[in-house]
Amino acid sequence: MAAIEGAVAPRPVVNLGATKNRYGEKLVLALLFGCAALSVGTTVAIVVSLLRPTVEFFDEVGIVEFLTGRVWSPLFASPSFGVLPLVSATLLITAIALAVALPVGLAAAIYLSEYARPRVRRVLKPTLEVLAGIPTVVYGFFALTFVTPLLQDIWLVGDPPAIFNAMSAGLVMGIMIVPTVASVSEDAMSAVPQALRNGAAALGSTRLQISTRVVVPAALSGIVAAFVLGFSRAIGETMIVLIAAGITPTLSINPAKAMQTMTAFIGQAGLGDQSTGSTGYKTIFAVGSLLFAATFLVNMVSIRLVRRYREVYE
Amino acid sequence: MSAFSAGAVEVPDLKRRSSVLSVLKERGFSALLLASVGIAILTLVTLLFQVVVDGAPRLNADLVNNFPSSRPARAGIQSAIWGTVWVMGIVAATCIPLGVGAAIYLEEYADNSRWYNRLIEVNIQNLAAVPSIVYGILGLAFLARGFLDLGFTVLTGALTLSLLVLPVVIIASREAIRAVPRSLREAALALGATPWQTVSRQVLPAAVPGIATGAILALSRAIGEAAPLLLLGALSFITFNPDGLDSQFTVLPIQIFGYISRPQAEFKVVAAAAIVVLLAILLVMNSIAIMVRNRYGRRW
Repeated sequence: MAAIEGAVAPRPVVNLGATKNRYGEKLVLALLFGCAALSVGTTVAIVVSLLRPTVEFFDEVGIVEFLTGRVWSPLFASPSFGVLPLVSATLLITAIALAVALPVGLAAAIYLSEYARPRVRRVLKPTLEVLAGIPTVVYGFFALTFVTPLLQDIWLVGDPPAIFNAMSAGLVMGIMIVPTVASVSEDAMSAVPQALRNGAAALGSTRLQISTRVVVPAALSGIVAAFVLGFSRAIGETMIVLIAAGITPTLSINPAKAMQTMTAFIGQAGLGDQSTGSTGYKTIFAVGSLLFAATFLVNMVSIRLVRRYREVYE
Repeated sequence: MSAFSAGAVEVPDLKRRSSVLSVLKERGFSALLLASVGIAILTLVTLLFQVVVDGAPRLNADLVNNFPSSRPARAGIQSAIWGTVWVMGIVAATCIPLGVGAAIYLEEYADNSRWYNRLIEVNIQNLAAVPSIVYGILGLAFLARGFLDLGFTVLTGALTLSLLVLPVVIIASREAIRAVPRSLREAALALGATPWQTVSRQVLPAAVPGIATGAILALSRAIGEAAPLLLLGALSFITFNPDGLDSQFTVLPIQIFGYISRPQAEFKVVAAAAIVVLLAILLVMNSIAIMVRNRYGRRW
């Protein structure tokens, strides 16, 4: 290159390659790559910041005691580190939330994708999305001040719910997740080729049959991905459970009781200023690791599934 | 679509074959679907109505002018509003350039057959679904204490939230950049523009409406986020406005949580009123996003 620059004007062969080293271009590329690589850095930082205190935690508390213990009182004078009450509360509230979010979200998706006229769709879809935009602290307030009193009035079996209870947190969280489930499922259903629907219609299928026997099975992996994503959002949700389900670790499957989830524990422990290095401080990270590992696994499943259905029809 | 509204059903002979039962099933199913959408929307309406009714007694100038107080009648949210303004300013200043930069790299430069580019992509998808409280742990261990040792300050809170919404900005910007037609890039390159000239003078300006919409939506997610800040000392009893990056702070959702947690019922009224303010801010932000999209967005 340098040799050509030295040469004088009319060149016999036109050089189509770059005539200068464009260092600016390379710098820009490096900067942009840095921006993208930051996301990997974030993941690494999350893993590192979780892992170190967690390892130290397990030096002090046995891993078996942690995973199988039935009493959680890490901040008491004589602490006990059985994480089961937190895990069971998380799973119970998640189950309640999914019992609401999955059927409602799937039905909403079928309605929007297969039944609604374009005009109705244009109004309903953004309205549903508003639900996804409402801050979770607002849902928590709604659960505590509206849903809980309502449940206390209409509760049929056993003792009515306490002020803080798993039921109201779960129900409201379910409504919060509906738009997530609906929009991912609907994307999957829209990706089902129109020819499949036309074929079924030509064979005399009703709209119900087309929806349930053609479109839903064809979009199944996407719908499962939506369910998995809903699950991951439910176990990671903090504010609703912290406000409405309470901060009492309880090993029970009675949804009328107050209980503390993993996320609620982390939030509550973070509020009190734990001194760095204390066992109480490290429990935040141990529970955080458990939560991160669970959601990481679930997210990977969901990413795989979404990719699979995309490959089929595009 | 057109397949369903088909006139074929009008042939009388065909219609008679459907039994009463199957018609009922058909009607019942579509009623069920509509009811599901109805439940979600009814909840939304109830929630909004309830919050406004609950908060109405405290929706006045005192609310936004007063600082937190132990007396509910005087408690306000001024420091929370200014804290939110500070935090959001820094979040916008950091996550938009970083997110757009990452999106440009992934859409315009990255060679997808390279393992590290695929890793970045999967990684961003995964980060988008990491629970927000885990970002709080990251902020606590990496930014506030430990590595950077910034303390419980405006800057720590803002950077944590910025990392939290970064995947949202990246995903939205990528979509906007991808929507710019290839021909624009090819024309620029054919005229002798360098790759960066093509991106910065042709692709980016064309993608700005989409990027702006995505950025506003990302910010509106950050503005309502409370969980990570619980771990970052965003205390709910701050009686001064932030005056710098190293200032202590609180934000609206944290302040709301603080008022909800008080035992006295009067504080629930303050919380509801503060929620109305928060929702109003979100409404304005979303309206701007929709306006930008409708006004400047174009389909190619």
